[in-house]
Amino acid sequence: MPNSSSIVLSARAVERTITRMADEIVERNDGTEGLVLVGIQRRGVQIAGRIAARIEASERVKVPLGALDITLYRDDLQTVGPRPVVGKTTLPVALDGKHVVIVDDVLFTGRTIRAALDELADFGRPARVALAVLIDRGGRELPIQPDVVGTNVEAPRGARVDVMVAELDGRDEVVLTSGAGS
Amino acid sequence: MTSPLGKDLLGLEQLTAGQISLILDTAVPLKEISERTIKKVPTLRGATIVNLFFEASTRTRISFEFAEKRMSADTVNVASAGSSVSKGETLVDTARNLEAMRIDMVVIRHPASGAARFLAERIESNVINAGDGTHEHPTQGLLDLLTLRDRFGTLKGKRICLCGDVLHSRVARSNIWGLTKLGAEVAVCGPRSLLPNAIGEMGVTVFDRIEAAIEWADALNVLRLQLERMHAGYIPSLREYNRVFGVTRERLARAPRDVLILHPGPMNRGVEIDSDVADGPHSVILNQVTNGVAIRMAVLYLLSGNTPALADAAKAPA
Amino acid sequence: MSGAPDILLKGGRLVDPSSKLDGTGDLLIRDGKIESVGGTIAAPDGAKVIDCKGQVVAPGFIDVHSHLREPGREDVETIATGARAAAAGGFTAVCAMPNTDPVTDNQAAVGFVLKQGRAAGAARVYPIGAISIGEKGERLAEFGEMVGAGAIAVSDDGKPVVSSQLMRTALEYARTFGIPVADHCEDPTLAEGGAMNEGLVSARLGLKGIPSEAEEIMAIRDILLARRTGGHIHLCHMSTRGSVDLIRWGKDRNIRVTAEVCPHHLSLTEDAVDGYDTHAKMNPPLRSADDVDALQQAVKDGTIDVIATDHAPHHYDEKEREFSDAPNGIVGFETALAVNITWLVKPGIISLATLIEKMSCAPARLFHLPGGSLRRGAAADITVFDPARDWTVDPTRFFTKGRNTPYAGRTLTGVVACTLVDGRIVHNSGREGHG
Repeated sequence: MPNSSSIVLSARAVERTITRMADEIVERNDGTEGLVLVGIQRRGVQIAGRIAARIEASERVKVPLGALDITLYRDDLQTVGPRPVVGKTTLPVALDGKHVVIVDDVLFTGRTIRAALDELADFGRPARVALAVLIDRGGRELPIQPDVVGTNVEAPRGARVDVMVAELDGRDEVVLTSGAGS
Repeated sequence: MTSPLGKDLLGLEQLTAGQISLILDTAVPLKEISERTIKKVPTLRGATIVNLFFEASTRTRISFEFAEKRMSADTVNVASAGSSVSKGETLVDTARNLEAMRIDMVVIRHPASGAARFLAERIESNVINAGDGTHEHPTQGLLDLLTLRDRFGTLKGKRICLCGDVLHSRVARSNIWGLTKLGAEVAVCGPRSLLPNAIGEMGVTVFDRIEAAIEWADALNVLRLQLERMHAGYIPSLREYNRVFGVTRERLARAPRDVLILHPGPMNRGVEIDSDVADGPHSVILNQVTNGVAIRMAVLYLLSGNTPALADAAKAPA
Repeated sequence: MSGAPDILLKGGRLVDPSSKLDGTGDLLIRDGKIESVGGTIAAPDGAKVIDCKGQVVAPGFIDVHSHLREPGREDVETIATGARAAAAGGFTAVCAMPNTDPVTDNQAAVGFVLKQGRAAGAARVYPIGAISIGEKGERLAEFGEMVGAGAIAVSDDGKPVVSSQLMRTALEYARTFGIPVADHCEDPTLAEGGAMNEGLVSARLGLKGIPSEAEEIMAIRDILLARRTGGHIHLCHMSTRGSVDLIRWGKDRNIRVTAEVCPHHLSLTEDAVDGYDTHAKMNPPLRSADDVDALQQAVKDGTIDVIATDHAPHHYDEKEREFSDAPNGIVGFETALAVNITWLVKPGIISLATLIEKMSCAPARLFHLPGGSLRRGAAADITVFDPARDWTVDPTRFFTKGRNTPYAGRTLTGVVACTLVDGRIVHNSGREGHG
């Protein structure tokens, strides 16, 4: 039975959504003071970059931008199969006392964010940590909630939600593919 | 078995270029962990690793220990001098005892060539060869490759010369396999009494004089010359060795290009390498040490994928 | 031995190069001797008839180089188990090297080995006495006393005779007693610490190599001393092309040099060491394919006189070790015939007759031993074997206590059906002939 896929966000819609998310982040933080954006590898990094660019355009402030690879903190390494590739982690500033916003493309079970929180704790003690995701598809397995959401997508368990970014995939798009059965 | 390297890391001779590149690529992002304040990731939490060293070695053992601890593994050091015969407990028995204690990984250094393989064939745990006799020292070879790749971008077509006692050097052998597989041109330089008689069949160029090697090379990997070789009569004296083969500032000054200097350590300053070279601007010896921990973390990470693959997840990493 | 029934070996292919015999026929044994050989023989009353159709009936094999480990290492072999294993391999006689513990360097020790051999009641056991006391390479042992007690040759095997002066003296002194001096050719300074052949494989594996020259230098030394002294030098376990060339040089000059080669040097190369398999570790080591080739040709053209096993059992624990620590040696009695047939006869390098010459007639002739012949009136030391039957080597079924063989699991061609010494069956595989 062929999978059916539909476009959830077109390129233009992605741009509008990210613009709104950036504005929301600044609003929640009451400005850019102490703000640090940390994108989760891989595509969270590109999205965080877009958000930072939007903030720079509207507030004329360059917010520190970091990338976090959570592979080594995954809770499923013993069962996932061959060792996943480890990406780069770079944090431009010390995190103590900062207002960190974790940025990711899709929030699903919450395990990635759990791993990210553990890893951030090894780098220092932020004053607070918030979560911004482009897509929330529900299906949480841990008590993790986003603070800023691009859009919600109803996706049953077997379905896939893929975020594509121009830098890696040639175009900006969010696609929902329903699985054949669950 | 889902580890892309198989159960053990015994040497570079049996690895493909792809596997070697995978280890180097994996080590790159792991370097950052040693720069953090909290130098730890939870990846190998709960894993038990035994460092089984039958030969004295501070630096390699410490490097492995850092790698293991920074991955949150539990480590146990077992130091034992000499071979089975002198020890009284055979390597077979040591292996079986370890297995009975449910060890996940063993890092072994042993004076007999083939000892790592001997152990690997008899226990289920992952075995990492930290140097077996004069056979191979794969993690040293890998960290040398990474250090060179960091500087050159690629090893393809690069000219690397191994200088010194190649005959007795496991570092040299691992380097020869690793470098040739990644497309480098490899040469050796040393007195013929310290080169294997069959060196001509190993795919490397041979330089009898260090001056010729320096003129040819992009990088020199200077091997440690051991005092025992002089006592065993392979060369007449260390003094003469330095005069004829020593890597000195004067000799390097005449090189047509900047020649990178590597050394596996510990160095005999004034014998195979002069201090002003070891501490000079072209030396990457300290980078080797830094890379050593990252390489060893990468190897531990890649070997530890030991559980049956789930259906979709069984694809090799990109 | 009257009273024992006659034995009629019926319908086998009788091959005896010493009497230029090769053809189908019968052989009758009476009172421990060959009563009649060739043609069709009617079975006398009460005779035991053994059907040898499809099998070869040959003079019993004689192994001039073996280690029976007793006295001293009865845990790995005794003269009894060794003699029984030899019989299973088709050997009606074996010569036991003196590197026992204590060394067999005096008449009492020689007498002991002889006595144990007789008590074993399997293959005959001929003791070889040491050249020097304790095999220390210093003082000559008492050749006369040892020969008087039953020694048939002298050797310091296990070790080379390092002093050329001592070798010279040994060759001269041995002339008095008409015995060969057998040398293990190895220059100790070149070979020291070596674990395998020196070459590309040793360079790759990081094992110290033993260069061919370690053997060749001593071989030519022995040949030259044999020329000077007129003595009979027998070169043990030759393994290189260079050695073969030197032996040829010596024989061309009518020097009294004889040479032996072992089945493993005719069949395996240094590649067998890959993976650090200690069952491929022996001294002299397995060499290159070119050496194997040269040795095979040397067997064919007569440069090599005899094939001997250098049967060397070791304890499982001793071989289950790091390669450089493991002792040298493999067992050989029970695989010798099959290895030789598989690698020499089957590919057509030598004929079956030549093989029997190398394994029976020549050893008897060169070491002045009885046997090696199917002549009427000779002692009935006979080997019956199937030259075409395949079998898989399973060391757990060996008669020898040793299990150290590189051929484990291999399928070889050639099975001993039955072995007779003095007309007594000392080994019977239970397989009679059936064409």
